[in-house]
Amino acid sequence: MRGALAVFTRELRSWFYSPIAYSIVAIFLLVTGYFFYAGIAMYSVASLEMSRLSQFMGPQELSLDDQVIRPLFGDMGVILLMMAPLITMRLFAEEKKTGSIEMLFTWPLTDRQVLAGKYLAAVTVLFVMLAPTVSYFGFIAINSQAPWGQIGAGYLGLLLMGASFMALGVFVSTLTENQVVAGAITFGALLIFWVMAWAVGRDTGAFATVLQYLSILEHLDPFTKGVIDTKDLVYYLSFIFLFLFFALRSLESNRWRG
Amino acid sequence: MIEVENLTKRYGEFTAVDNISFSIGKGEICGFLGPNGAGKTTTMRMLTGYMPPTDGKVSVAGFDISTYPLDVKRRTGYLPESTPLYTDMRVGEYLDFSASAKGLSRAAGRKKVAEVMDAVKISDRSRSLIGSLSKGLRQRVGIAQALVNDPEVLILDEPTIGLDPRQIIDIRSLIKDLGGRRTVILSSHILPEVQMICSRVVIINNGKLVADDTPDNLFSRFREGGTFRVKIEGPPELVMNGLLHLPNVEHVVSEGQGSYTITPLDSMVARKELVKLVAGNDDWCLTELTEGALSLEEVYLKLVTNEHLEETAL
Repeated sequence: MRGALAVFTRELRSWFYSPIAYSIVAIFLLVTGYFFYAGIAMYSVASLEMSRLSQFMGPQELSLDDQVIRPLFGDMGVILLMMAPLITMRLFAEEKKTGSIEMLFTWPLTDRQVLAGKYLAAVTVLFVMLAPTVSYFGFIAINSQAPWGQIGAGYLGLLLMGASFMALGVFVSTLTENQVVAGAITFGALLIFWVMAWAVGRDTGAFATVLQYLSILEHLDPFTKGVIDTKDLVYYLSFIFLFLFFALRSLESNRWRG
Repeated sequence: MIEVENLTKRYGEFTAVDNISFSIGKGEICGFLGPNGAGKTTTMRMLTGYMPPTDGKVSVAGFDISTYPLDVKRRTGYLPESTPLYTDMRVGEYLDFSASAKGLSRAAGRKKVAEVMDAVKISDRSRSLIGSLSKGLRQRVGIAQALVNDPEVLILDEPTIGLDPRQIIDIRSLIKDLGGRRTVILSSHILPEVQMICSRVVIINNGKLVADDTPDNLFSRFREGGTFRVKIEGPPELVMNGLLHLPNVEHVVSEGQGSYTITPLDSMVARKELVKLVAGNDDWCLTELTEGALSLEEVYLKLVTNEHLEETAL
């Protein structure tokens, strides 16, 4: 426990001592902030239009939910997918390159402790990225009713999905000592997990259903509606465990191969 | 303290360490000597549990490394060859981190870190960034890191490589101070260094153990038959001719200005004969006789040729 904590603390320190964490968080907030602004601007234009139209056509449905909140979660998910490799690529690759991994693995630490420390540090960066975005919903709450329950579920989904990205990323980082290679492979793999469902189209065969189920962003959608489904929880949790397990195996085999 | 039995490491077809066995007692300072690529680092990595051996057994302080890796690691301090430290951390911070990663409590870690910083004389650098330190100071931080868990066994891979002469002397005396209470293994390719610090020398070449002895024994073994230089005043042709015809002399090279390098079959016999020869010629005068420096290459060459001879004899 103490060992994992030590690795965790060091990892976080090095993130926040260098510009890495700040630039990643800042860019994430800039881009998601833009999406939020665009969503709100579009919504206000649309609601003006609607109020004019409703004079002729009766009252129209226009929901803050469908126009702003849910798309914003979706956008944050996609931006996270693109930025996740930047967070995870250095975790093991950098230490393998500089050789400091040799110190870590000759100290009385288990592979599990090292992995736990590093993975949790990456997840913590994810928290730091997402936390300020709650203020967007604060803006909504000032002018209107914010559905906090649904927003909370959305964040749970986003965190689980982000943690899944981190799990895949940390696994890929154990495979190479080149950070750029680790980043590129992670990005490619995540992209495939995202677009998988696109190939399905309207097909409803068994294969299509499986692809649909495996697709990583599909499982975020119910959360943004405020629905916490066991199916989606199981998907993300098993995704995380599977890739952390792979990472552990990879660390072990690295040393056998020398 | 350290028992190594038939240790072997293969990378595919390539055998990096080939069936090495030795044992090192408590409190010994043992030097691993060998040219680059001889298998020193690989052997050390197997001793520290960084790499599992392909074959053979390693036990440290009575614990087998493949069964009880954590027990071994708790009792070992290791400094890898390139001293890979986190350059973005401060010295004190890094050592605190290493103490807690090695399982020391916060209070015990604090105390121990202060102690080791004092031992390696970097107490005044606690706030310095590791990235800004000189190679010698980094090496000290590396050694401090290895000492923080109060290890019974200290393994140092090329601790003086890349240092300037002043730093080398400092690090050597530091290692000497650390010995005695601890068992120390250090690797080097500098022969005099090993002779100075170590009570025991293990020579590895091409992954094989070629010698395991005290430095004094090893040197006396190779000094016999070693080359020597003489300076003789006298008619050059006659002197050269005289030297060539000395019994027990294999080879003579004239180096100008009356200097000659002599490769004898038996050094002591050849020297006696030489003195007699000079004394027998009135106009000759022996002004200098120095032992040829025994270079590491010569030792390897000798060890390797000896081995070949033994192999052919079998």
